[in-house]
Amino acid sequence: MRGLLPYAVILAAVLVLPFVANDYWAVIGARAAVYWVLVAGLNLVVGYGGQLAIGWVALLTLGSYTAAILVARFDLSPFLAYGAGGVVGALAGVVVGLPALRLRTFYFAMTTLGFATIVTQVALSWQSVTGGGIGLPGPSLEAPFDSPWGFYLLTMGFAAVVTWMTANVASSRWGRSLVAIRDAEVAAEATGISKARLLTIVFLFAGFTAGVAGGLFGTLQSYITPDAFTFDLSVTFFIAILIGGRGSILGPLLGNVLLTLLPEFAAPLVAWSTFLYATLLLAIVLLMPGGIAAVLDFRNRKPLESHRSIVPRPDRVAALVDHGPVRDDIILRNVVLAFGGVRAIDGLDITIKAGAVHGLIGPNGSGKTTTLNVISGYYEPQEGEAFLGTRVLPHGKPQARSAMGIARTFQTPRVIGEASVLQNVMIGATIDGRASFMESALTLPRHRSDEKRLTARAMDALAVVGLESLAPVRADRLQHSELRFVEIARALCGRPAFLLLDEPAAGLSTDEITRLGSLIKAVAAAGTGVLLVEHHADLIFDICDQVTVLNLGKELAAGTPAEIRSHKEVVSAYLGA
Amino acid sequence: MLAAILAAGLAVGAVYALIGVTYNIMFSASRVMSFTSGQMGMLGGVLGTLCISRLGLPIIPGFVLAMAGCAAIGVVTEVIAVRPVLKALDQHLYVLSTLGFALMIQTFTAIEFSTEPQPFPRLIGIGEGGPWDEKFWLPVVACFATIGGLELLYRRTLVGRAFLAIAEDNFAARALGLPERNLRMASFALAGAVGGLAGFAGGELLMAFFANGAMLNFFGFVPVALGGLGNNKGAVIGGLALGVFQQAANFLMGGVVASVAVFAVFIVVLLVAPQGLFGAPAARRV
Repeated sequence: MRGLLPYAVILAAVLVLPFVANDYWAVIGARAAVYWVLVAGLNLVVGYGGQLAIGWVALLTLGSYTAAILVARFDLSPFLAYGAGGVVGALAGVVVGLPALRLRTFYFAMTTLGFATIVTQVALSWQSVTGGGIGLPGPSLEAPFDSPWGFYLLTMGFAAVVTWMTANVASSRWGRSLVAIRDAEVAAEATGISKARLLTIVFLFAGFTAGVAGGLFGTLQSYITPDAFTFDLSVTFFIAILIGGRGSILGPLLGNVLLTLLPEFAAPLVAWSTFLYATLLLAIVLLMPGGIAAVLDFRNRKPLESHRSIVPRPDRVAALVDHGPVRDDIILRNVVLAFGGVRAIDGLDITIKAGAVHGLIGPNGSGKTTTLNVISGYYEPQEGEAFLGTRVLPHGKPQARSAMGIARTFQTPRVIGEASVLQNVMIGATIDGRASFMESALTLPRHRSDEKRLTARAMDALAVVGLESLAPVRADRLQHSELRFVEIARALCGRPAFLLLDEPAAGLSTDEITRLGSLIKAVAAAGTGVLLVEHHADLIFDICDQVTVLNLGKELAAGTPAEIRSHKEVVSAYLGA
Repeated sequence: MLAAILAAGLAVGAVYALIGVTYNIMFSASRVMSFTSGQMGMLGGVLGTLCISRLGLPIIPGFVLAMAGCAAIGVVTEVIAVRPVLKALDQHLYVLSTLGFALMIQTFTAIEFSTEPQPFPRLIGIGEGGPWDEKFWLPVVACFATIGGLELLYRRTLVGRAFLAIAEDNFAARALGLPERNLRMASFALAGAVGGLAGFAGGELLMAFFANGAMLNFFGFVPVALGGLGNNKGAVIGGLALGVFQQAANFLMGGVVASVAVFAVFIVVLLVAPQGLFGAPAARRV
């Protein structure tokens, strides 16, 4: 509830303003609200999804012209025209946004910039429709919205709805997935998050709000020309989000208000406002990359307890995992994978039994992690096939593994540093959510039951690994060993049939390794098969049912721990006497 | 008409190519793509006009001063917008820091110089009006002179080899004792001068105009993206092809269609080959 306090204060200010200020402030307020309708949507793209869309003004332009043309030439009602502007914005949002699936950072920023340039050029030269440089009138509203304060309240209504919707999205699995593809894209794929689908939906939504903002902008300006949609405006939107801070709603909201008001308080500096914004952008990036949100984040400045120990509760694994008996084994058949001239895996056959612990050991470069990456879909072998029972595991499709019940951890933990531990673990169960994007945006019942279910399950998973007391803490404040267990909790949260662990004991203390061992045994006892890639021979021999030893990409030996321990070649190649 | 299209296309293309080379030099030295690349081109034209027309300097000293100014801005880029974010290269903060600095340069120019395009001084006075006008061949000459000069620098001089070493493997180069920071600053100075040369040589064609920066940022990046980052040959071929394609589309179908066509080609090629047509494959992620 305390999180709602700032919004209540802002809402009160919005409602009090008409009684204390003159008409001029109604226009300023309406402008801030219209910008926010766009910025709120863009915030999901930039602040949450981390996509550097710097040319978003193009969608404002498109929405604005669409609404204005429909009203001026086809006599459509303004509100329908706003909606039409939103639809055009949504479609254009997908067109501008989809290159983000293949292009990274600077390339994507450039394509949005190029798109913005072209839209302005077209608006300028397609005179028969847009009026060219002369422009055309924006949609005008009827009473009660034709007065400055009437329009002010209308735009504030739009702004409030958009704020509510984006806040809902941000706290749903959609928002968590966006942050996941921003900060831990590889891990996001392993949990089954489809970047293509997610970004398409978000670009549709952000394009829609930008288009609607464009229609309102036309009414606000009362007359639109291409000059009104400068690239400077686009930069202002972008900077508002960065000042506010990534992954926050309140921060960018304050940033937006700040940037709209700034020229009003510094009238002599109006000509220099863009220069000021640019300086601000540089200063923020260099001095406080977290933005306003990081300054307001009091909770994560409290010191954590310094002597923490991780005490997993293996007895609670069975209740968490709770899937029926798994009968399908993971089978690799004659897999060959070469990087250039190096054959990392050279004709490997291996069967990982359901519900058992299978150890994979071998010297550095023997192909252990590569094998794990083939099973989890990151690498495409040149030859051979992988199966789950009789089903083929398609090569090169890591997003498809989670739905088949295969979860994994990484050699270096890949967690989202800026999200809480609980949110990190909930990522693991993303594909079990049922509510659609719009259901989440409107907090319909299915969304609420999703959240309840996933939160409870993530708390269970944290309890299993013994970290529930750290659930609300930002993950980047944890120690290395704790991050390892967070990754295991995230994997277990998806209730996998198989758990692939890539050197989970690396960097743990002896005590922690012992506890990890009993946890892994409990996971297998609950019916989840475990593939364990490890260097700690003791751990392997303690808990594995089966061990495969690799050397130079080939199987050197396979058998029970006792057989391996006495295997001559293994002893000489790897274990030592 | 064909001669006119070719002359104008190759001239604009040579300017794009030089901006592409500017991107490449900065990228090789720091793994950073900088939004200031196009602004260097804009500054070349603006500083040229400032030195020669407004200060009344003769052409050679004016040219030298303009280049020195651009090189200085290159060094400033390195110091304030690139070096502080190098530690966290994977967070891509450089996109934002260089964008901020580029916008500062652009608005400062707009306010302190002019918001309208200003004429660039006539440098030599050859071939008035025809396809052999100096405004068409000067950029092309500048482009090939630069590429030749860079080849000589990289292949024949110790400093040039040190540049290559930094570009190839930063860590190994530092382990060998190369002064990485100074070399990076030198690279940025060089990049500034090359970008400035693009604007200076293309000054009579594009005039001295603050908005050229953003325009060159985009059209200079297209050949880099198509040719593969860090590949100067790709940038030159891509730049010249882009210039001719753009001018041809401009003559035949009008400016808007030409821009849309360039943008469409850019997107489609990047989607098909994200590493560029001559680029290296992506690194492993897991």
